[in-house]
Amino acid sequence: MTTTYADVLMPPRLLAPGGAPADFSTHEQRYGPVSYGDPAQLLETVAQSGLTGRGGAAFATYRKLVSVADAGRRTGRAPVVVANGAEGEPASRKDKTLLHLSPHLVLDGLQLAAEAVGAGEAYLAVEAGGSYLEAALAERRRDPLSVKVVRVPRRFLSGQSSALTSYVSGGPALPQYQRPPVRERGVHRAPTLVQNVETLAHLALIARYGADWFRAAGTPSEPGSALCTVHVPGREVRVVEAPFGMRLGRLLPLGPTGAVLIGGYHGTWIPAAEAAQLPLTTAYLGAGVLASLPADHCGLAETARVLRYLALQSAGQCGPCLNGLPRIATAFQTLATPGPQGTTRTDIARWSGLVEGRGACHHPDGTTRLVRSALTTFTTELDAHAAGFCTATVRTPLLPVPDDRS
Amino acid sequence: MTQETTAIDIDWTACQAHGLCAELLPEHIALDEWGYPLVDGTPIPTRTVKRARRAAADCPVLALKLTTR
Repeated sequence: MTTTYADVLMPPRLLAPGGAPADFSTHEQRYGPVSYGDPAQLLETVAQSGLTGRGGAAFATYRKLVSVADAGRRTGRAPVVVANGAEGEPASRKDKTLLHLSPHLVLDGLQLAAEAVGAGEAYLAVEAGGSYLEAALAERRRDPLSVKVVRVPRRFLSGQSSALTSYVSGGPALPQYQRPPVRERGVHRAPTLVQNVETLAHLALIARYGADWFRAAGTPSEPGSALCTVHVPGREVRVVEAPFGMRLGRLLPLGPTGAVLIGGYHGTWIPAAEAAQLPLTTAYLGAGVLASLPADHCGLAETARVLRYLALQSAGQCGPCLNGLPRIATAFQTLATPGPQGTTRTDIARWSGLVEGRGACHHPDGTTRLVRSALTTFTTELDAHAAGFCTATVRTPLLPVPDDRS
Repeated sequence: MTQETTAIDIDWTACQAHGLCAELLPEHIALDEWGYPLVDGTPIPTRTVKRARRAAADCPVLALKLTTR
């Protein structure tokens, strides 16, 4: 079970104090009602707030809303809004936690986003907990638009926006060739806004309290806060809310040795000592995962396990990803095993170059980001392995990887 | 009036490494070690556009797309 310590780093915004789920009446008492009816004003406020997407890409929410609204006007088709709670990233729990504790903030945000783009249909996509959310929806009697809960397959790529719109349209939950992009042609070929559930929850608060309130946390260039899933060995996994600009060393203990994985399995390994001084920023926040790896664990072995999972999670549609990822994963397993490495490092570098930018989605790009950062961060360990030994003393796997059948 | 530029785009979900594109447009497309197209990314000059259109039409799975902007 995930625990939350929202109050440790900042006054809680998204996560209900006390860690108890908020039903609709508690929610309305806590935040007050949300008012609809002025989409132009709402867009203006979102623009001033500087809110960005919390699904990983950190794209400006205002610009996304406007481009979908424009596509709707241009094509004469009412857009579709999909709240993305799929969270296929195995190390991330922030969206599940948010949907469990504050479902009505997400649902308020979904209604507001639908109003802002002039949507005619709304969906909430999740991997699990669908009945719980349907019960939450049933509590809401004044929603302008009815919302359908969609249960997506538990796969790493299910939450990828074109995979999601394909699945909601009745197709497979696999990434699609994205010309024209989802914002112009998504669910049932209508312009579609796919927005992460945390982004929608922020939107619900911005609509109530305004842009200045939102900007009171964070930095001028990256205003607001973000939910992070924090992994520290020997402790329960925590979901915390932290303002942008906060030093990572305050979010998790980072000693002089070891490393931290930032952003998730498409993220970046950084030496712990360096990471401790870095501010929380959208540049590498990704899906909000922060996982510390003590020096007594082998970063290469951890990366090899994750790469094997990522290769298996390839949708298998695009040639470079289908061919490259398993080769990279197998070669990385060679690096993770003490002994002769031959041409393995140059093979990995070449295959990484061959898969990057050559797919319908960013799965290959995210995978090579992880590979490159591992090769840079764990150089000492790489040389030790080449010399035939491993400096790690603990062999227990740390990063969560779903079993192969999923 | 700005000149329209034509570029090559691959639908990676459709491409099955037939390799015809590399034969028809060798100055823009090479094949990687698995037979998939490596596109050089430069704009297609006007004199080549016609041949590029043919390459797009001849791709057995229509994975080669031409974009103009």
